[in-house]
Amino acid sequence: MSLITPDFGLLFWMTLIFAIVFFILARFGFPLITGMVKKRSDRIEKSLRDAEEAQKTLKQLAEEHKRMIEEARKEQARILNEAATAGDKIVQEAKEQAREQTAAMIEKAREEIRIEQETARREIAGEVATLSVEVAEKLIRGHLDSDQRQNALIDKLIEEARAAHKPVS
Amino acid sequence: MPRIGKRYGWIVAVLLLLAPAAASASGHEASAPGELDMRSYIFGHIGDAYEWHITTINGHHISIPLPCIVIDGGLHVFLSSLMEDHGYTCNENGKLVNAATGKRPVDLSITKNVCSLILSSILLVVLILLTARWYRRHDPMKEAPRGLAGLMEMLITMVTDDIIKEGVGKDYEKYAPYLLTAFFFIFLNNLLGIVPFFPGGANLTGNIAVTLFLAVCTFLAVNLFGNKHYYKDIFWPDVPTWLKVPLPLMPLIEIIGIFTKPFSLMVRLFANILAGHIMLLGVVAVIFVTAKLGPAINGSMSIIAVLFGVFMDILELLVAFIQAYVFTMLSSVFIGLSRQEPEHEHKQIETTK
Repeated sequence: MSLITPDFGLLFWMTLIFAIVFFILARFGFPLITGMVKKRSDRIEKSLRDAEEAQKTLKQLAEEHKRMIEEARKEQARILNEAATAGDKIVQEAKEQAREQTAAMIEKAREEIRIEQETARREIAGEVATLSVEVAEKLIRGHLDSDQRQNALIDKLIEEARAAHKPVS
Repeated sequence: MPRIGKRYGWIVAVLLLLAPAAASASGHEASAPGELDMRSYIFGHIGDAYEWHITTINGHHISIPLPCIVIDGGLHVFLSSLMEDHGYTCNENGKLVNAATGKRPVDLSITKNVCSLILSSILLVVLILLTARWYRRHDPMKEAPRGLAGLMEMLITMVTDDIIKEGVGKDYEKYAPYLLTAFFFIFLNNLLGIVPFFPGGANLTGNIAVTLFLAVCTFLAVNLFGNKHYYKDIFWPDVPTWLKVPLPLMPLIEIIGIFTKPFSLMVRLFANILAGHIMLLGVVAVIFVTAKLGPAINGSMSIIAVLFGVFMDILELLVAFIQAYVFTMLSSVFIGLSRQEPEHEHKQIETTK
């Protein structure tokens, strides 16, 4: 039967044409297409992986950020606390110092006042002594016009001198 | 719903218009008007011819004469319509013979099948190169193809990922061009075979010469690149020694197996497509066979034949795809088997340790 006996002519042309078609398609057709499709699918896969990674990184960053804010807040609180304590301390110290200085100044002033008083008293005492001598001289001149009176005066002076040796209260 | 109904109605209407076209192409070798010569009707369609018959109007054949190329003590090239003038005629099998001696010369004629082969090959190359051109013109990293390139990409990706990668395994890229070419060649020619008018209608993938060639290609791809393990399994398989020596029973069976695999590929494609064509022709023939039995029977049988023909056409569309798929898949699996690494032997050694 001609149906199941391969015809030589058709076989010849089939070989020739299929070889040409195969050559053209294998050279210019399929590798290009499959290569591009593979490249694209690779790229899509890579993009998906990258996106996932980016998301992960983003999440990590957000966590880091959160953690940093938390830390900064803590640090801030600590610093504020420290500053408050330090301020208190400084004020305290300043007050203490001021008090000490004031006390010292007052003490010094007192001392000076005492010395001044002493000096003034001495001057006054000197002055009074001079005045007394002068007054006494004048008085003595008036009372010593007779021997009698002179004797009386000598007695009296001696008496007074005796009394003067005793400390004045 | 009415919209869908309308669409189906349209398809049916088109097929009804096409059916007579397919049918009218049948009568060109009818022995007498009104009488259907079943043998010449069927074999005229599934066989080869030196002219491409298009239709017959009022007993007048309209066909495209094709060039005959004959080597018979020198090269003779002439149109099939002028065959008689060059001293050649057709024998009872429809083959070209020398009119004087009755012997068959070396016949390289561009027959109907060769013509169809040329046209479909040009179409195939254009389709694939247009798709390839899209990739060259666009940046596929930025956009996906649409239209023709999108369709072809879908098919190519499906064949590559589902058939070739699965079947061949490692280094499948080396075989992908051949397997893809075979798939698209078979698929396109199967589809063109269903189209009832020019340039379709030739029974190319249902021709034994074509399927023989494709099977030989797979045979070469399997056996030329088979690895050491593959050949060891053929000549010294893992079976009890008495099966190999002194009578090489298993090697003999394995060697027969080398040839039965591509042989089954050849016969499967050939028989499936041939059977599909004969069934379709038979269904259409019902209309003409019942013509003598009166208008009532003829009319009702025509309606049944058309409905059944629509069903068969749709089935053939499915078969066109399935046969291309199966041929490619089995070729991939055979290639994959010839390149299998001896994994199980290592495992056996490991388990015995």
